[in-house]
Amino acid sequence: MMTALPVIEAPRYRPPLLDIDPALTAEWLVAFLRDELIWRRGIHDAVIGLSGGVDSAVVAFLATRALGPAHVHCIRMPYRTSSPDSLADARAVIDALGCASRTIEITDAVDGYLQFEPEADARRRGNVMARTRMLVLFDQSSKLGALPVGTGNKTERLMGYFTWHADDSPPVNPIGDLFKTQVWQLARHLGVPLRVVDKAPSADLEANQTDEGDLGITYLQADRILALILSGRSDDKIVARGFSESDVRLVRGRVDGTHWKRHLPTTAMVSNTAINEFYLRPVDF
Amino acid sequence: MKVAVVQSKPRKGDVDANLAELAAIFAQLASAEEPYDLIVTPEAALTGYFLEGAVYERAFVADALARTLAELWRAAPGSARAPVDVVLGFYENAGGTYYNAALYLRIDAAGHEILHVHRKMFLPTYGVFDEERFLSRGRRLQTFETRFGRMAILICEDAWHAIMPTVAAIKGARVLLVPSASPGRGLGAGGELESVLHWRNVLRSYAVEHGVFVIYAGLAGFEGGKGMTGSSTVIDPFGDTLVTAPTLGAHVLSAELDLSDVDVARAGLPLLGDLGAVLPDLLFDTELMPNLTPPGVTP
Repeated sequence: MMTALPVIEAPRYRPPLLDIDPALTAEWLVAFLRDELIWRRGIHDAVIGLSGGVDSAVVAFLATRALGPAHVHCIRMPYRTSSPDSLADARAVIDALGCASRTIEITDAVDGYLQFEPEADARRRGNVMARTRMLVLFDQSSKLGALPVGTGNKTERLMGYFTWHADDSPPVNPIGDLFKTQVWQLARHLGVPLRVVDKAPSADLEANQTDEGDLGITYLQADRILALILSGRSDDKIVARGFSESDVRLVRGRVDGTHWKRHLPTTAMVSNTAINEFYLRPVDF
Repeated sequence: MKVAVVQSKPRKGDVDANLAELAAIFAQLASAEEPYDLIVTPEAALTGYFLEGAVYERAFVADALARTLAELWRAAPGSARAPVDVVLGFYENAGGTYYNAALYLRIDAAGHEILHVHRKMFLPTYGVFDEERFLSRGRRLQTFETRFGRMAILICEDAWHAIMPTVAAIKGARVLLVPSASPGRGLGAGGELESVLHWRNVLRSYAVEHGVFVIYAGLAGFEGGKGMTGSSTVIDPFGDTLVTAPTLGAHVLSAELDLSDVDVARAGLPLLGDLGAVLPDLLFDTELMPNLTPPGVTP
């Protein structure tokens, strides 16, 4: 009588692979920054808007590895309603790195305009703050002969959770192809202060605001669903893996509703030499 | 055969600067104590890989490029000691038809001669790649005789299709030359980019299956955020990696190859002989034909 052979079953679903090798990632992104700034542009200095959050902290750590602390200029840009914790957290990053730093209040600049728009709601006010911060970063870069370095991550880019032509405007961004949960992995590897890594992410444009509250989903859940959407899985297949229909609908809706935010402005094409349609040159040409 | 693999990191579109860089490398190699027989450079070595519409402004006529390379080599101190063969990847202008190509050039005291120009057959046009928007496809995989035996050139995606090294080996190639430009992706593999790991796996499997040397020259440097993964390597016909370059940065690899190892490897593992016997049954199988698109026919 034959005994049944043991059956080794393959897992039904492989979870979306969000794990990164953080040492390899850091090495790759440091090389990217060196190539983009020094090798290609001959620029040795970076300007980074340091919010106190994990994204800009990670970029500051990478830039310091790439350029050295004296060549990394971290700018803190609080508005009068910004949380004092954000300012202190950003300070912790600056202290850890020993990089150059400056604090430039944007309150007067923002209020200088908003005094004419007293009925502006929180979203409009937040956008004015974000765009004012970009104005500061570009002007500081001009003054210092530096390049503004972007800090937007893949999750917020895909969810459209940023101010167009503000957070996304710096010409280079080392972390824009990393999901938020991957930024956290990288942050721990780089030694970003834990108070920055472990706190609830917040745009800090309003009191007690959190990203996950704004978005209506946790970053871990959003990243898993995003990874499946980007790899071409249908909503049905994603739900079949145990994600809730409402979560999948929420993430899909945000991605599909914000494709325009990941592009340059739509230009009417009237010739067969239209820029970026017919006339195609790579960014580094 | 003493081979140098040049893992170059070109400045985008700046042909003059990149030729000057190549001249410096030639000078370094020509003055080596023992002369090099073969120098292999990556795909698009003088321009960078992603050119989009600028490819038409940066394409070379093969003969003119060969002349330029021969002049550069002869200008290098020490280069008159021995002939040298050069493999160089470039965008080719062939009378107004443009190809992603690589030439095999022999240079000696008497002059120079192009022994072969391979035009890339598999043009990646998906995801980040857009080659067929700008370039025409090569239509033949030829092997060619050199003073070191028969060789074949496979450019980048050419070498991701197992049929290519198979056909090259059946047609007598003992050395596969693989100029490449591979943008790195996949950070989860553990210590190595997933795309680099895939390259290592396929190249090694070809070397072992067909008993050929594989010489892979990878482009390096970031191009608009896309990092070319270098990782140039030389693999012997037993599948052993003789030397390999890091992913990042410009490097020169140097290796001494005993080409009779091809015979030794094939004697020990005669898969190529087996393949020659069975391949006709596979290729002339009537069930295969309806699934193939004849040349010039759109499915």
